[in-house]
Amino acid sequence: MNLKINTRQVDGVNIVDCNGRITLGEGSVVLRDQIKDLLAKGQKKILLNLGDVNYIDSSGIGELVSAYTTVRNQGGELKLLNLTKKVHDLLQITKLYTVFDVKDDEATAIKAFR
Amino acid sequence: MSGDRLSYKWDSTLETVDNAEQTANRVASESGFAEDEVMQISMAVREATVNAVLHGNAYDPEKKVELEFERTDQDLVITIRDQGKGLDEKKIPDPLAPENLLKTSGRGIFLIRSFMDDVKISTTQTGTEVKLIKHVHGETAGGKEASQ
Repeated sequence: MNLKINTRQVDGVNIVDCNGRITLGEGSVVLRDQIKDLLAKGQKKILLNLGDVNYIDSSGIGELVSAYTTVRNQGGELKLLNLTKKVHDLLQITKLYTVFDVKDDEATAIKAFR
Repeated sequence: MSGDRLSYKWDSTLETVDNAEQTANRVASESGFAEDEVMQISMAVREATVNAVLHGNAYDPEKKVELEFERTDQDLVITIRDQGKGLDEKKIPDPLAPENLLKTSGRGIFLIRSFMDDVKISTTQTGTEVKLIKHVHGETAGGKEASQ
């Protein structure tokens, strides 16, 4: 299933609910466009909810890294929420788990934004 | 599919990448691998096919990607061939090096090696051949690094 995205705002934090696969092609483009759109609107607090992302490939990992650095370079913050075991394991073996700020509770994640 | 060999010749498209992944998923499942191993095998095949389509054949409609799945008593062996200029693995930066962690690409081969028991990459005048091997009853079945 391709990636579907829904964005909502809670206490000034933009929660991007992702559902599906973040892979080379459409999935990566959908995510990239969403991040670009939020930043264009001046929204720099972004929480990527990956709870319903059941598959991610190396291009998808690259897209997460790109989102993280793009948001950070514009003075914003991007955190990850609700990693599935597959995504968690991938971030572990690529040593990215400690690079990203990963949360498993939405309320805690929202409070963690400055 | 013990003792069987399946061969495919596909165009250099993103559809081929998805087809390769789905075929690997099916073959690995039918070969009796556990769910985690099936995911690892299909992802390794996906990554190798991405390399063949993008970096090897560069989406050239004249160039094809060949896939072979062979199940022996000991192994599932998957071979992916492209018709590109070749791959020099030594030139691929270590994606785990601190200076490369935030790079947006370059993790495909690393993931392939993490998920398979043996990987052989060879470049010939006609392109690159990547051979992915997963032991059916190997001690390392289930992945070497993914479970760490």
